[in-house]
Amino acid sequence: MAEMTSHRRMQLYGAMLLLPAAVLLATFAYLPTVTTVINSLFLPGFRGAPAEFVGLENYQLLFDDPTFWKVARNNLIYAVGTIPTSIALALGMALFVNGKLRGRGFVRMAYFTPTILPMIAAANIWMFFYAPQIGLFNKLLGALGFSGVNWLGDPSMALGSVIVMSVWKEAGFFMIFYLAALQGIAPELKEASDLEGTSRWSFFWRVTFPLLMPTTLFVLINALINAVRVVDHLFILTKGGPNNATNLLLYYVYENAFSFFDRTTAATITVVILLVLAVVATVKFTILDRRTHYQ
Amino acid sequence: MRLRIPFAMTTLAAGLLSAAQVNANSVDLTMYYPVSVGGALTDVIDNLVEEFESEHPDINVEAIYAGNYDDTRVRAMSAIEAGDAPQLSVLFSIDLYELIEQNAIVAFDDLVETDEEREWLDSFYPGLMENGQLDGKTYGIPFQRSTIVLFWNKDAFEAAGLDPETPPENWQEMAEMAATVREASGGDQWGVMVPSTGYPYWMFQAFAFQNGHRLMSEDGTEVYFNDPAAIEALEYWVSLTTEHNAMPDGTIEWGTLRQNFLEESTAMMWHTTGNLTAVRSEANFDFGVAMLPMNTQRGSPTGGGNFYIFEDASEEEQRAAMTFIRWMTAPERAAAWSIETGYMGVSPAAYETDALQNYVEEFAPAAVARDQLEHGTAELSTYQGGRVRRALDNAVQAALTGQMTSEEALNQAQREAEGVLRRYAR
Repeated sequence: MAEMTSHRRMQLYGAMLLLPAAVLLATFAYLPTVTTVINSLFLPGFRGAPAEFVGLENYQLLFDDPTFWKVARNNLIYAVGTIPTSIALALGMALFVNGKLRGRGFVRMAYFTPTILPMIAAANIWMFFYAPQIGLFNKLLGALGFSGVNWLGDPSMALGSVIVMSVWKEAGFFMIFYLAALQGIAPELKEASDLEGTSRWSFFWRVTFPLLMPTTLFVLINALINAVRVVDHLFILTKGGPNNATNLLLYYVYENAFSFFDRTTAATITVVILLVLAVVATVKFTILDRRTHYQ
Repeated sequence: MRLRIPFAMTTLAAGLLSAAQVNANSVDLTMYYPVSVGGALTDVIDNLVEEFESEHPDINVEAIYAGNYDDTRVRAMSAIEAGDAPQLSVLFSIDLYELIEQNAIVAFDDLVETDEEREWLDSFYPGLMENGQLDGKTYGIPFQRSTIVLFWNKDAFEAAGLDPETPPENWQEMAEMAATVREASGGDQWGVMVPSTGYPYWMFQAFAFQNGHRLMSEDGTEVYFNDPAAIEALEYWVSLTTEHNAMPDGTIEWGTLRQNFLEESTAMMWHTTGNLTAVRSEANFDFGVAMLPMNTQRGSPTGGGNFYIFEDASEEEQRAAMTFIRWMTAPERAAAWSIETGYMGVSPAAYETDALQNYVEEFAPAAVARDQLEHGTAELSTYQGGRVRRALDNAVQAALTGQMTSEEALNQAQREAEGVLRRYAR
């Protein structure tokens, strides 16, 4: 009997420990999600009329909206453009600054600098890099005898320009994780493979890279999240233009909610994004996690 | 300690007489305001607010810089939804319909009590009131108001063999002069730049109006984007690049254009008069400011921000807010604000003050925006304004970047806008 009480007490204790997190999650994640889903099923009242339940009509309208598809496509291109490149760059930089190197601390700091700049500040700097007549890039090209490009003003270049800036901003951040992981790899492995006469190439692919898989997975998830939540630098660089060439999903949500005061459409897009991310998360937990080797 | 003695003494005397009362009755006001032209305008506002507070010890104003016009609207609207509404704000003059639709603001007609206050309400340039009024009531009081003006580089004109003192009068002259500069510089300098990010619809509205065409109905329920006169206007804008080789390809960035002009990479630019003081203090060359060129008539839309008072504020706060707004728009302050920024003095009385009269005498460009007001038109403002403007922005950018012809682009924008405005047009 006494044992039962102490068991109960432990359960209660555990529940109490979980409570703060549960309250925070409910307030800031579950509740807004539920409200958003509900909002997406209603048409707001017009001039004082009450809201009307319309079922999936808002989704129908959204899927008929060519701008939504354009924005979704842009976001896919953005994700494909930023994620692999920034991860590969991060890994390369981490390997470089993990080796014996003169002025190693300085190089590490230089690589990490973009990360600590606020996004808005970075975007403002890059806006002047990209400026067609007075910008750094076109001045450099001009010095080499090439005529410049209107980086952000030409619809065929604009999204690419935004991607390049994002990669510059993100790679240094991911490098830190790789650097930490590299330093966690036991030096005995390297010594053993040296004794065996393993080439550096196969040591990397057979030992280092597999051991870095958990980090890669972590970085991948982060990069994916970042690819969906881009909104800040679009404010400065392009405002989604020219003609929606650089408009991305979250910025489109923002525009609908705050520039157009169309909360319904904003909620509908948000639900679609959430569903897509849920699918991605499922894939992550069922397939990728099982194939990842944790040390 | 910065207070001068006599003032400190009067304050002290007043304080002794009614110390408890002043404290109990002091009103706290929060105001959001935008800056859309760069420069140290926040300092100017802070100084004005400080001066106001020392003259009105019973009113505290917290002025919060909130980004550009769109950001500021978002800040204000989210604050209202969060139940922490500001009592007043400077917002885009064309936010009127949305603010009314959200029941966010009150009409000044319902707040004014005395004849003196009614007179104040009538003291502004009528052209600046257009965007602030609906159904005969005034909701927005002009503050940081502008028109688009033409800045030209006199040195560049001279170098190209043009008369440095003569800016282009009409569309044809502007295209020719711009092409001349481009040619004479051997391709180093562009002739003219008109910004096409940020507020493309605003610039387009100027072109359309110069071609005798107004893009929207008075009541904000209809737009006329694909009228032949509008199409012709957009075609002219595009032709500056394609035909005359006088303006660079692609869109031109609102935010970096002033720098382009200052670094002499273009001989002319169209920009808000709000940039005037900054250009004046930074230009290393001789420049002039002119009204925009005309086609069938002169014209520029007005632009900029108005003061609004919010519904959620208490009556006492609304009265205090009005006291503050009256103080900020009084002729002497309007004159000082205009001198420090380049924005317009908002009332004829502002231009009659000694300060602004002397300034205009010494620096003639300061009067151009006011003179152009005679040829002004209201800025594009409709119900669902955000979406309607965005449709037009996209059309302008599509045409300028060669994705569509001017006609296709404007037809599409018209279709989109009609869809959005359907329920208001009934």
